[in-house]
Amino acid sequence: MWKYSVPVVLFALLMLMLVKGLDPERDVNALPSPFLGKPAPQFELPSLADPSKSVSNADFENGMALVNVWATWCVGCRQEHDFLLQLKESGSIRMFGLNWRDNEVEARRWLQDLGDPYLATAYDGDGRAGINWGVYGAPETFLVGPDGTVLYKHLGPLNWSLWRERFVPYLESSGSTQ
Amino acid sequence: MRTLFSLVSLLLITSTACAVDSEEALEDPVLQARYEKIVAEVRCLKCQNQTIKDSNAFLAGDLRREIRHMLEEGLTDEQIFDFLVERYGDFALYKPRASGKTLILWIAPALFLLGGAFVLVNIVRRRMTLPIDDDSAAED
Repeated sequence: MWKYSVPVVLFALLMLMLVKGLDPERDVNALPSPFLGKPAPQFELPSLADPSKSVSNADFENGMALVNVWATWCVGCRQEHDFLLQLKESGSIRMFGLNWRDNEVEARRWLQDLGDPYLATAYDGDGRAGINWGVYGAPETFLVGPDGTVLYKHLGPLNWSLWRERFVPYLESSGSTQ
Repeated sequence: MRTLFSLVSLLLITSTACAVDSEEALEDPVLQARYEKIVAEVRCLKCQNQTIKDSNAFLAGDLRREIRHMLEEGLTDEQIFDFLVERYGDFALYKPRASGKTLILWIAPALFLLGGAFVLVNIVRRRMTLPIDDDSAAED
C-alpha cells in the first residue's frame, strides 16, 4: 500500500509550494541581494552637501551603518523620510545616504526642506555606484556590519514595524544598539 | 472588415518598429552583434519581465551603457555576465547558468523524464505478466 503514498506526498508538496507562492505578504519583486554576508562594494563619490569632499566605505567603518539609497523622484523615499528622521533622533544607528541618479540641486533642497537624517550623503549622478551595489529600485536600505559586510538589504519604504522586525534582530545579535 | 484588418496589421507593424535603445551602434560591427546578443539575455530588474533590450526603464539604459563600456574595454561575454550576476544575482540572466542553486532548473526536466520512463516501464512490465484472457484483471 505504501506506493499510494507517493502521489499523496507529491501532491502535498505541490500544494505547499503553491500556497507559499500565493502568500499576500510576499513581495514578488524583492530579490535577495547577492552581497549578503559579503563585503559591501567599494565606492568613493563626491559628497552631496559639499562636492569637494568625498564619501566612501571608510566613512562607515567602526560600527553598524545603514546605507539608504534615495532620490527626489522616488515616491517611496518621501514616504519613509519621516521614519528616517525619527530613527536618527532615536540614535539607534548611523545613517548614510546614497543619492541615486538624481539632480544635485533638487536633492540638496530636499534635505534642506524635509530634514537631513544622514551623517553624509554620496552623490551618484550617473547611477554607477548604484549598479555596483546591485540597486534596482529606490528606496533600498543596506545594513552594513562593523567589519564592512552587508548583513541585510531591504527593498521599499521603511517604517518602525519593519525596522523592528527586520533590522533590530541584527543590531541585538551584535550588541551594538547604541 | 477591411478597415479592421488594416488597423490590426498597422498595430502589428508599429509594435515591432518601436525600438527602445536609441544609442548609436558601436563602431565595430562584431562588438555591436555581441552587444545585441547580450542585452537580449539580461533581465531588467526594475521591470522583471523584460530584457534590458526591450525596457525603457532608466536602469535598463544604465546597464546597456555599462555593457557598452565593458565591450569597448575588451571584456569577454562571460566576464560581462559575471559582472551582472555578481551584482544582481542569477535572476539577472534569462538563461541562468548551470551552477550551484540553478542546477536544479537544468536537471529537473531530465529527472522528470527519467521518472516518467521508470513508471511507464514498470506498468508495461506488470501488464505483460497478466494473463491475456482475464478481462477483469486487465482493466484493473
